[in-house]
Amino acid sequence: MPVAAKKSARRRRVEPELIFGDLWTFDPAPESADPKLQTRYKLFIGGKLVSHKRGRYFESINPATEKPLAEIALASAQDVDAAYAAASAVAPVWANFPGAERGKYLYRLARLLQDRAREFAVAEMLDGGKPIKESRDFDVPMAAAHFFYHAGWADKLAYAFPGATPVPHGVVGQVIPWNFPLLMLAWKLAPALACGNTVVLKPAETTSLTAMKFAESVMEAGLPAGVVNIVTGAGETGAAVVNHPRASKVAFTGSTAVGQHIMRATAGTGKKLTLELGRKAANIVFEDAPLDQAVEGIVNGIFFNQGHVCCAGSRLLVQEGVEEAVLKRLKNRVRMLRVGDPMDKNTDIGAINSKAQLAKITELVQSGVEEGAEVYQPECELPKSGWFFKPTLFSGVEQSHRIAREDVFGPVLSILTFRTVDEAIEKANNTAYGLSAGVWTDKGSRILKMSTALKAGVVWANTYNKFNPASPLGGYKESGFGREGGKQGLGDYVKLT
Amino acid sequence: MPSGAAAFRRLFSEIGTVDMVGVEERVAKYGTRSVKTGSKIMGLTLATSMVDLTTLEGKDTSGKVRALCVKAVHPHDDTEIPPVAAVCVYPSMVKHARAALGEGASVRIASVATAFPSGQAPLRTRLAEVKAAVADGADEIDMVINRGAFLSGEFSRMQDEISAVVEACAASTLKVILETSELETYDNIRAASFLAMEVLREGDFIKTSTGKTSSNATLGNNQVMLDAIRDFYMDTGTAIAMQPAGGIKSGKQALTFLIAVKETLGDQWLNNKRYRFGASSLLNDLLRQIVKMKTGTYPAPYDFSEASGAY
Repeated sequence: MPVAAKKSARRRRVEPELIFGDLWTFDPAPESADPKLQTRYKLFIGGKLVSHKRGRYFESINPATEKPLAEIALASAQDVDAAYAAASAVAPVWANFPGAERGKYLYRLARLLQDRAREFAVAEMLDGGKPIKESRDFDVPMAAAHFFYHAGWADKLAYAFPGATPVPHGVVGQVIPWNFPLLMLAWKLAPALACGNTVVLKPAETTSLTAMKFAESVMEAGLPAGVVNIVTGAGETGAAVVNHPRASKVAFTGSTAVGQHIMRATAGTGKKLTLELGRKAANIVFEDAPLDQAVEGIVNGIFFNQGHVCCAGSRLLVQEGVEEAVLKRLKNRVRMLRVGDPMDKNTDIGAINSKAQLAKITELVQSGVEEGAEVYQPECELPKSGWFFKPTLFSGVEQSHRIAREDVFGPVLSILTFRTVDEAIEKANNTAYGLSAGVWTDKGSRILKMSTALKAGVVWANTYNKFNPASPLGGYKESGFGREGGKQGLGDYVKLT
Repeated sequence: MPSGAAAFRRLFSEIGTVDMVGVEERVAKYGTRSVKTGSKIMGLTLATSMVDLTTLEGKDTSGKVRALCVKAVHPHDDTEIPPVAAVCVYPSMVKHARAALGEGASVRIASVATAFPSGQAPLRTRLAEVKAAVADGADEIDMVINRGAFLSGEFSRMQDEISAVVEACAASTLKVILETSELETYDNIRAASFLAMEVLREGDFIKTSTGKTSSNATLGNNQVMLDAIRDFYMDTGTAIAMQPAGGIKSGKQALTFLIAVKETLGDQWLNNKRYRFGASSLLNDLLRQIVKMKTGTYPAPYDFSEASGAY
């Protein structure tokens, strides 16, 4: 008897496991608001929806179903020319409006966005693939917040730049990305309009719908014709917007490759330029960090918006002593994420924005496996149709791996380790990019040290992916230059005399 | 008190700390989960089976306890609605509850002992109270920790007292009330949870509050304790159960707490052996919501027996 007892005591303890099964599942909870989409969208030029010259259309696809949502006009160089003509014609008028008057229109736009928040949230979800809870709780309210914030600045510009006279640039050409279509539109339009510029804006080709819906709001708000012009299309249209001789300032958010191209094209033209480009942000977890909250922040940092976030914390640097503890918690947390129909209110991770992006993510993940990093994906069923990708964790990643260097722009986290503070700083800064970073520690003095040592435009401490219209965002190195939001963001939309 | 501070520092370096902002951000997300139709009925039914139907008043009588027991066994005429998990009464009322429920009842009898709610009585008095309640037929004992000992860093004293109560409980389940509102910080709630769990047996509970102070169970302190239970389970393999108590009054609140359990500890904790609600007015709202889900109309609060709210 004692022998048997000894044996069982010596038997290896079974590793305790948590079971996240189907004991109590959530029923489908689809959002029911009508996005009020039209079947075909024209261009918005000179305050009117106008047919374009060559009459070609392209389809905007719902990435969750691969079905077309609407036809979008493909603007040619001629159309862009017409947009610039309209913007130039009204530019002096708009610039001479009293600030309070410009503010009035911005307040109106903000309120109209709030009035139609549900409708915009559903349209944004359908077009971009992001889960409804994110477009509803983040994209649309933040977009409205940007208009409210900049509406307040419109009549106070003199106080933003004491001792100088701020003068608008004139016509601004803006090209925005597909990850936060409406929010990026707000980031670009609101400060430009508040400062007295007129705008020609091109949304990303895969996500034009909310921009065109916004055009309806611009008409409803009664903005002077030509102050806002929206032209839709792909790369060629974008090039026409950027290269147009009447653009006195160009603002671009997107990939570093295109940004470099734009920089070459605008060199020597006298155009003012701001770029917000690629990123490979480091999220640094020290041993004394509150681990559960750090894990929550890591998850929020990389899986928010399927990882299609300019600030995504895609490189996790964990201090060696807590690597195992963090990884264990992270795996359990990732098992809880619900991947699937973006329409469902309980979905945490929606669809990848485009087939091309899905292919790029798949290719980079494959390279990670081949280069020897250890991959973890939770067991979850992906929808049969649509472009989806499982949340993916790579542990044992080395600095030289492609997944540690290249911008995946998807739900893929690379986990590296470090031993000392200096090593963390060195690894975090060992990248061509520098848009954002996160630091998790209980020690306040270390936060201050890290925030100056990290070469990143924003450093979050014990939190991640926090945005506010009053807080400027922008990059170091190949992540671009110029700031968006806050007083610093305003400065990029005025000339100081 | 330097010795107390050092004790806390040692403990925190072992079990880790909690970030308040992060916890509250996490739990806010539970409220955005959308529980519909079948899953809502199931969640409400599950919550009903987890209720510790409670009466802890100076004016309690044997008659009131008897009525409570009848309600606990038979909350509603709908046969799909299960009995609640337990009735919770003062030690002097245990014998009345046992008489009403009979031996071997499925509804358990829980009794708050150890000079509830303050715990400010000599240890031998508290232990005698526990033994008396167990002798009268209590299946579960709800004790309060010695907050004074904990806050001054006398952890072994706090743990020794719990151990003594464990012994006095014999076969009865022990539920250790941390009284979170008197512990001040999430860090302390995590610390007290670990200290209690280290001396508890598998299946014993840690519980948020007595319901007798200004603030009771919140999603935040529920989360901190669930995280602690998970960490302790992953480290030791010992599964400790959890009970938020006080302040949970609506079915919707209960569902949000259950989502926290589902997403933190998983399926193994979604039963009344591992998770409970200590509440008095919650039960009728659960019933009302279930009836609404099944019939499409809200009954009036007074349609339910033992309705205690104002109407």
